[in-house]
Amino acid sequence: MIKKTDLLQLSSINFAYGQTQIFADLNVGFEAGKVTAIMGGSGSGKTTILKLIGGQVSPQQGRVAWGDRAINQMKHNELYSYRKSLGMLFQFGALFTDLNVFENVAFPLREQTALPESAIKDLVLMKLHAVGLRGAQKLMPAELSGGMARRVALARAIALDPSLMLYDEPFTGLDPISTAITGNLIRTLNDALGITSVFVTHDIKASFKVADEVILLSRGTVTARGTPSELLDSRDPLVRQFVQGEVDGPVPFHVHSEAYRDDLKLESKERNW
Amino acid sequence: MTLITRILSKIGSATVDAVWTLGTASVFIFRVLSRSAIVLRRPRLLVAEMHFAGVLSLVIIIVSGLFVGLVLGLQGYETLKRYGSTGAVGTLVALSLVRELGPVVSALLFASRAGSAITAEIGIMKTTEQLSAMEMMAVDPHARVVAPMFWGGFLSMPLLAAIFSAMGIIGGYLITVVVIGVDSGAFWSQMQASVDFHHDILNGVIKSIVFGAAVSSIAVYEGYASVPTAEGVSRAVTRTVVTSALAVLALDFVLTAFMFTGVH
Repeated sequence: MIKKTDLLQLSSINFAYGQTQIFADLNVGFEAGKVTAIMGGSGSGKTTILKLIGGQVSPQQGRVAWGDRAINQMKHNELYSYRKSLGMLFQFGALFTDLNVFENVAFPLREQTALPESAIKDLVLMKLHAVGLRGAQKLMPAELSGGMARRVALARAIALDPSLMLYDEPFTGLDPISTAITGNLIRTLNDALGITSVFVTHDIKASFKVADEVILLSRGTVTARGTPSELLDSRDPLVRQFVQGEVDGPVPFHVHSEAYRDDLKLESKERNW
Repeated sequence: MTLITRILSKIGSATVDAVWTLGTASVFIFRVLSRSAIVLRRPRLLVAEMHFAGVLSLVIIIVSGLFVGLVLGLQGYETLKRYGSTGAVGTLVALSLVRELGPVVSALLFASRAGSAITAEIGIMKTTEQLSAMEMMAVDPHARVVAPMFWGGFLSMPLLAAIFSAMGIIGGYLITVVVIGVDSGAFWSQMQASVDFHHDILNGVIKSIVFGAAVSSIAVYEGYASVPTAEGVSRAVTRTVVTSALAVLALDFVLTAFMFTGVH
């Protein structure tokens, strides 16, 4: 699942939150310049992959590499310098609630550059224009709709012209128009800026429209990978269940439990009769 | 036997948890201190946090200080009257305030007003992923958010304690001199003669500095270590107030034992 030319490589990853194993020998690579969607059921570790790439968590075993640099072995300063080439869109935007839209987008520029105020203003307006929200620059985050907040966060994430964009559930809670706008922005920004994009989502329709490649995670590893049309045509029962949204299949409806009879104590009642 | 084992195991586990928390908190505070150069480089961040922790606590400090002074004056006057030395009421009010009540009560109020607010702000920033967003923008939240909050609280505390004591003395003056009619000259001159700058005032200031460090450390740590849910943040705020209060009272005992015992 990893090609030598992949820009981002997660090799032999073992990762657990406490006792809960998330990944067991996960191998996955991401090609430069492509938009890759990571899909999978809740708890399959989609967001954890983004956290591994961002260096927010480290695997217990394995290597997360950006080119020839191992992200999970970076020291504090090296990690922070690597993060300057990243942009990340959080699920609900994670805007700074005490700053207005303009200041939110200006935040990374003010923190990471010594640009004069006039240049910061121009850059912020350009980024806001790119997401269609130049007119909302004076609003506070509390005054924005979910979709608008997500777009402001996207403008903030691309403020420093990253070479890798990570999106955590970019479509969650959005109406169909906002979903289409966000999907379109992911694609356009990737192609216009010549960057690499990785996003995790549950939204089959939106992601299949945007992604060059889709990775399906299940049971701690990659179960399927291919272009959206390859996955749509797949005969694998798990892929079919996920893509068609079927209630039962390889992923059972019921979580693992004791026998129903035992839980209801049917046997003891029968004996009493 | 099982009961004893269970009790021992609970005591052991609680001790391990406490030591673990203390260790994690120490590492966290060390990390914050080592990344504190930002408050010198960008003093505006510090000023904003001193406004948040200090200026916004002024009302509660001023009003409480005044009332504590009024009560001290009344109680002191009633007691001293029995011995015919009501002129010493100024000394009593001033010494009680600068040595004990000023630093201790203002630290307790500071923990409730500013400490809880600091914990809640950091906790909510964590819950809403603002701290993670900052990390991903290559901005270290220990430096950008926590360090200014810590130093803002730390520096505000002695100032608030001083204001508390000053307001208390004014309260004592108002009730004893203006209302009851104790001699104004006796009130001030006995106070001036009895309150020693090094022994009383400076020790009081040292206490408030120690309390400021304790409350600010607890507040920023609890916020940063909070479980990122509504309930988690609410528990963290409660822990800040309770732990700060206990820490202030315990530290006060230790400091008082070192500063004031055996000296007459």
